[in-house]
Amino acid sequence: MAYIAIFITYIFINNFILSQFLGLCPFIGVSKNSESAIGMGMAVTFVMGIASIITWVVYNLVLLPLGLAYLQTLSFILVIAGLVQFVEMIIQKNSPALYQALGIFLPLITTNCAVLGIAIMNITEGYNIMESFSAGIAAGIGFTLALVLMSNIRERLDLHPVRKAFRGVPIAFISGGLMALAFMAFDKSLLTNLLG
Amino acid sequence: MNILFAFLIIAVLGLALGLGLAFAAKKFAVEKDERAEQILAILPGANCGACGYPGCSGYAGALSGGKAQNGLCSPGGAKTSALVAKILGIADEGAGERMVAFVHCRGNHELTKRDFQYEGIEECSAAHMLFQGESSCKYGCLHLGSCMRVCPTNAIHRDEKGNVTVDPEACIGCKKCTLVCPTKVIRMLPARGSHAIACNSRDPGPVVRKICQVGCIACKICEKKFPDSGCTVINFLSEIDYAKPMTQIADAAAACPTKCIVEAKQ
Repeated sequence: MAYIAIFITYIFINNFILSQFLGLCPFIGVSKNSESAIGMGMAVTFVMGIASIITWVVYNLVLLPLGLAYLQTLSFILVIAGLVQFVEMIIQKNSPALYQALGIFLPLITTNCAVLGIAIMNITEGYNIMESFSAGIAAGIGFTLALVLMSNIRERLDLHPVRKAFRGVPIAFISGGLMALAFMAFDKSLLTNLLG
Repeated sequence: MNILFAFLIIAVLGLALGLGLAFAAKKFAVEKDERAEQILAILPGANCGACGYPGCSGYAGALSGGKAQNGLCSPGGAKTSALVAKILGIADEGAGERMVAFVHCRGNHELTKRDFQYEGIEECSAAHMLFQGESSCKYGCLHLGSCMRVCPTNAIHRDEKGNVTVDPEACIGCKKCTLVCPTKVIRMLPARGSHAIACNSRDPGPVVRKICQVGCIACKICEKKFPDSGCTVINFLSEIDYAKPMTQIADAAAACPTKCIVEAKQ
């Protein structure tokens, strides 16, 4: 039950892009077509899931016993950056096809605040390692959902007679704002109604 | 004491990650062909696809792997093929002749009759689906400029009358426009050619005369009066054989009653 709650929370209620406003750079930058949006979403989900586990281990097994909890942000960034590089190498070696699809997006994720966000959120929520992992995956799915929805909207917008001053990024921001408004409908009461 | 501890932990963490990455970089190193990167640096980088490979990097990879023929890069021409041959250590066969695209039609809405008026998507393929376009001549240019939009170098222009022309200086010979043109009125011709036939109509002379003022009416003046012009009328359309000397082509152009032999370098 707790896992279902985590998934619903991070996909809808606390959607990283549309209600937490984390990771907005790829939300505007990579949402021009749905193919690359899905690629970016998959890569972020993958990295978020693994980063959740690693940062949990670093925090609970290294920083906490030594009384250095205040170093979390610094060490998390270090770990995430190293991890993404490592993942990139493995993918490049073992699956050139996946590397071709994700390759350009992977380095972008290193400095994505959504990844750091989920790592810190896991700590403040006090999740155990499995809960952290599910939260990471769920946040990634929520990110992908927002990105794919946005890319489909933008693909349709391209065919519409938008005023010149609003073409491109401005109209994308307006659409994103409206989407965020719609996502405000998902709140804690949804969770109580669904799961009791 | 505490600050020292913090310093040590971060230093150790950084060192472990750094060493781990260095080790992984060795272990998971992907062997890259250096020649592919050298070739990629030489290629023009237009990613036009004229060679038939997905972008310049695709062609560079195929060349270094010995899978592709040298000299397929039309934007690079002879210069590029010579440099590539040097890197690969093979004999340079040359890039062949520089070819440029040419729109074989000078008809427009004033000079050519229309069956109906097309109002719809500004795309030649869409217009062509409707009775092969609005013009009475079904072989000519549709004037909607699909070729202009695919041209990677913006070498294709359309004037206010709708005439579409290719700038031979700016054309890199990627053939993208010839593929997108539904009437195939854009074809490649050697860049050295001074003149070209500005008509693509295979209709018999009397038909062309009725519907277009600048079409080839297959009168054979160019072929018969100027045998050294290189022109031959095949299937009601004059064609220039660029392999011939073409010494009389300027005279033939002047004598052409519908003036459809035009200078290619305009």
